[in-house]
Amino acid sequence: MKKILSHITALSLYNGQAYAAYNLNLPTPATPIALQIYDLHNLILIVCLFIFILVFVFMFYALFKHRKSTGHQAVQFHNNTKLEIVWTIIPFFILIGIAFPTTKTVLAMKNVEHADMNIKATGHQWVWEYEYLGEGVNFISNLSTTQDQINNKVVKGPHYLLEVDKPLVVPTGKKIRILLTSTDVIHSWWLPEFGVKQDAVPGFIHEVWFQVDKPGIYRGQCAELCGIGHGYMPIVVEAMPPEQYTGWLQVQKATLAEAATTGAKIYTLDELKTEGEKVYLSRCAICHQANGLGVAGVFPSLVEGSAFSAAPEVTSPLAKRGFWKDGKIVMGTKNEHLDIVMHGIPGTAMQGIGLQLTDLEVAAVVSYERNSWGNTTGDVVQPAEAAAIRKKGAPS
Amino acid sequence: MQAKHYYLPAPSWWPIVGSVAIITLASGFLMKLQNIEAGIYLMIAGALIMAYMLFGWFGAVIRESLAGKFNDQVDVSYRWGMMWFIFSEVMFFAALFGTLFYIRIFSVPWLGATPLLWPGYSADWPTAGPGFPDPFTPMGAWGIPAINTLILLSSGATVTWAHWGLKKNNRSQLKIGLALTILLGVIFLVLQVHEYQSADFTIKTGVYGATFYLLTGFHGAHVTLGAIMLSVIMGRVLAGHFTHDNHFAFEAVSWYWHFVDVVWLLLFVFVYWL
Amino acid sequence: MTTTALNPHEHTHPAGIMRWLTTTNHKDIGTLYLWFSFAMFLFAGALAMLIRTELFQPGLQFFQPNLFNQLTTMHGLIMIFGAIMPAFVGFANWQIPLMIGAPDMAFPRLNNWSFWLLPMAAMLLLGSFFAPGGAVSGGWTMYPPLYIQGGPGYDMTILAIHIMGLSSIIGSINIITTILNMRAPGITLMKMPMFVWTWLITAFLLVAVMPVLASAVTMLLTDRHFGTHFFDAAGGGDPVMFQHIFWFFGHPEVYIMILPAFGILSTIIPTFARKPLFGYHSMVYATASIAILSFLVWAHHMFAVGMGVAAQLFFMYSTMLIAIPTGVKVFNWIATMWRGSMTFETPMLFSVAVVCLFTIGGFSGLVLAVVPVDIQLQDTYYVVAHFHYVLFSGAAMSIMAGVYYWLPKWTGHMYDERLGQWHFWLTTIAFNVTFFPMHFTGLAGMPRRIPDYALQFADFNVISSIGAFVLGAAQLLFLYTVVKCIRGGKHAGEKPWEGADTLEWTLPSPPPYHTFENPPAIA
Repeated sequence: MKKILSHITALSLYNGQAYAAYNLNLPTPATPIALQIYDLHNLILIVCLFIFILVFVFMFYALFKHRKSTGHQAVQFHNNTKLEIVWTIIPFFILIGIAFPTTKTVLAMKNVEHADMNIKATGHQWVWEYEYLGEGVNFISNLSTTQDQINNKVVKGPHYLLEVDKPLVVPTGKKIRILLTSTDVIHSWWLPEFGVKQDAVPGFIHEVWFQVDKPGIYRGQCAELCGIGHGYMPIVVEAMPPEQYTGWLQVQKATLAEAATTGAKIYTLDELKTEGEKVYLSRCAICHQANGLGVAGVFPSLVEGSAFSAAPEVTSPLAKRGFWKDGKIVMGTKNEHLDIVMHGIPGTAMQGIGLQLTDLEVAAVVSYERNSWGNTTGDVVQPAEAAAIRKKGAPS
Repeated sequence: MQAKHYYLPAPSWWPIVGSVAIITLASGFLMKLQNIEAGIYLMIAGALIMAYMLFGWFGAVIRESLAGKFNDQVDVSYRWGMMWFIFSEVMFFAALFGTLFYIRIFSVPWLGATPLLWPGYSADWPTAGPGFPDPFTPMGAWGIPAINTLILLSSGATVTWAHWGLKKNNRSQLKIGLALTILLGVIFLVLQVHEYQSADFTIKTGVYGATFYLLTGFHGAHVTLGAIMLSVIMGRVLAGHFTHDNHFAFEAVSWYWHFVDVVWLLLFVFVYWL
Repeated sequence: MTTTALNPHEHTHPAGIMRWLTTTNHKDIGTLYLWFSFAMFLFAGALAMLIRTELFQPGLQFFQPNLFNQLTTMHGLIMIFGAIMPAFVGFANWQIPLMIGAPDMAFPRLNNWSFWLLPMAAMLLLGSFFAPGGAVSGGWTMYPPLYIQGGPGYDMTILAIHIMGLSSIIGSINIITTILNMRAPGITLMKMPMFVWTWLITAFLLVAVMPVLASAVTMLLTDRHFGTHFFDAAGGGDPVMFQHIFWFFGHPEVYIMILPAFGILSTIIPTFARKPLFGYHSMVYATASIAILSFLVWAHHMFAVGMGVAAQLFFMYSTMLIAIPTGVKVFNWIATMWRGSMTFETPMLFSVAVVCLFTIGGFSGLVLAVVPVDIQLQDTYYVVAHFHYVLFSGAAMSIMAGVYYWLPKWTGHMYDERLGQWHFWLTTIAFNVTFFPMHFTGLAGMPRRIPDYALQFADFNVISSIGAFVLGAAQLLFLYTVVKCIRGGKHAGEKPWEGADTLEWTLPSPPPYHTFENPPAIA
């Protein structure tokens, strides 16, 4: 009962009226291609609706007029070759009518030539990474909706699940080519307002393009089931005028250069834990849970002494690295810990997430994990240690 | 004289025994995948139950056939059944060949054309893929595989020769033909095992190893099954079964053998040669 | 041989559970198939209720994403392989021998085996919920590399699919052989009832594509455990190759689930219109063309994977072509109703609803065939709406129509017409309330297979969930109506439907254990 009550409270936190949206069609197009798709869909819908009404007028007429209760006698005809030919040929011509404009749009969508700039977008479980090719700028775009919103503890924001910390920034009026790939499973990069959806296939590159003319923020989501975080890897694009974009790009380059020089700084445990908690909640909590206890049988707990059992594929590499013994989680060495975060555990769902993070973030999250939820190793992991593990590469 | 009615068997235990065999085999295999020790024993138990079912079920069918319970219509049913079964096997191999063609025509060249992710990878078949740069020696076509092609083709001829013997009521030609066919089948398998042992690559050697072993492996399994079926037919011939005008079991097995033959020819051309 | 011909039916069947375990009787086996599929239908339906409970509101309320993904995946797998396919095989077992005047199926013992493999497969599939890590959660389509990541539940599912595939292949060979070899003298191919024709073509599709699925999942298994690299680019493979092989199976599979439904409609509509099926020949040709085209359209499930423009256009055109034979079928059904003398008992109500709702699914299929539009709608709730219009209001509601139609024959009792009509109206209305709004959520941009969604989708999801709960409850009424009919009811007589003209209606209801021991004389 208490649980039900808490659910009702949770529901009241969601203010349905505020965002009521009975949208009946595709979102308002923001690119020429999306506009073509929008019009195509309307065209086909009207054709279908017209045929549907035409055909079913006959059926419903028969249903009302040709029934036994009205005394209608069945007429025993059962063949008419001319009619069969007619209703085979007519749809054929209608289909040609639809195929013609469609083919033109397909050719336009597939034409990735003469792009003004190239961005490589890489799907990871469960974030997008963007690299501005030739500019030396790249970053990870994390979901910024909080766990509390997802778990109904606070009111959901207007862009619930469709907001990120760092959106992909592009200039308006330019043809932008996206080179899509992935490092783990298949994801799909989808922005409804751009009319762009393309699967990101690990080991392959597929190209799409868009050109957006109106500045603004556009939101989409991953559209291919990619594991438990599939619902939590949005795509947000911010389009700004080219001058403003150039300014933004300069700032990015400066920030990256600055970050490269501050690697030698020594951090305190509190600093690391604060930063580490942020990283943990955005990248690790989806599997290992905010309380560090994981999911029984699937995602190991990170809390020393807690019980965890799973298939040997999961537990034996953990045991080998000193994190699991006799059905319980134990705390392995700092270096093994760093290595798992950095390079993952091959053959399991644990990805080399550290390769997508900075040295500081890796050091912070490991420090956080080793000193939270009752774990009291007291270990303070500095970015330099993470850098050393990164340099060493994955154990073979 | 022929049975008047289409033969309808009495309620039978064999199907449910077969189902139990399969679930036992499957459970054992699943345990084996999890490195659980009991798995292998469960698999052996499943295989034994399966063998028991096959002996019992086919034994029952043979007894019914010898008792003259099958009329011509039943015979036609068995022919249709065997044909569609072989068709399903054709589709199984078609999918595996489709895989080979897809990899060679599409995925490998695509990877070679993706320098952003795989710099320096040249997509020349045979390849183990861009992640496995170590060189390996692929299997050549003109050693054992060519000999094996000759062997299997000859075995197709000998089984047909045996069939002619059966139709002419020449039992010794039948026996010699069958024995030769089985012998050739066994030699083929022995050579195949030898080839596997001397190979310079494994099933883990990228797509080359994967397609090579899966295609030739499933073919080898079918040759083994075919040889076992031929041996059963040999046993029945020695026991005096089959007449010159009623020997569907023999024909069914020879169809199967020819099917295995044709698959090998395709393997020889697309896996070993080209 | 000098002995006189044996009476093939001298044996009697054992009693109790033994009867069902060892039976070689097509009616018993048909009954087993139907009950098995009904149980699976209710189970997978219960999973759907859980899905709709979580999706009732945005935010995570009841299930964590890991479990939610298991629910959606298993709902799909069980409905397809456990509910719809076995239900149609159940109809085939009961009806084909009766409709072609055969004494039984061609291979009665294999028939038993093809059924008793299914519970074994179901044990593995449902048992995977209890495996460490739970059941499969990577979608019923099993795409690698996601599928490579899973635990032992994934292996259980692979083996379950192997066993179900074996069952389907054996069952289909049996059906094809029965139809080709066991027809009573005088029933030529072009005189067969439409239901038999559709099953002949369906069985052909099954034999052709189940082995393809088997090899696809075998490669998944070797990639998972034996170090092969079929679906791994580093080894020269391609994850998308799995999708090609899978959908080469998967698209014919869609028709495997709809063609027998067409057969049922083509049987019921003439009965209640009291006139023969219009355009029998063109119906046969249309069914065959749909089957042939189904081998040429598979990649329309994959327009977003990044295939070349020529491939996209080829698969778009071929997919659009399928609209033609499908349209021919709908036109013929309506022409069959035209100037008939119709009555609207429950089977006819369901059939009319199917013609109408399936056409909606067909039109949304046409919308999805158009590549640019598909790019927007692929993997959204629009697709969910589309395939439920095809598979629920197409296949599942045809099964319900068939059940009401033949229950009097099978049990000897009339079902309760009032309950049947309640079931019909509740199902049809709740179905539309559930799935019609999904067209809009899909268009607005809600991806499928997500446990939680953005706020602008909230309103339609509430409607869908409410509809789903009513839809689920209505199926309990269905169960009650069927059980009530089995236990008693007005005596049905040989032929309760005035307009029925196939052979099974010349037999008593329920038919004796063995029928047509001597082939019927065909006028």
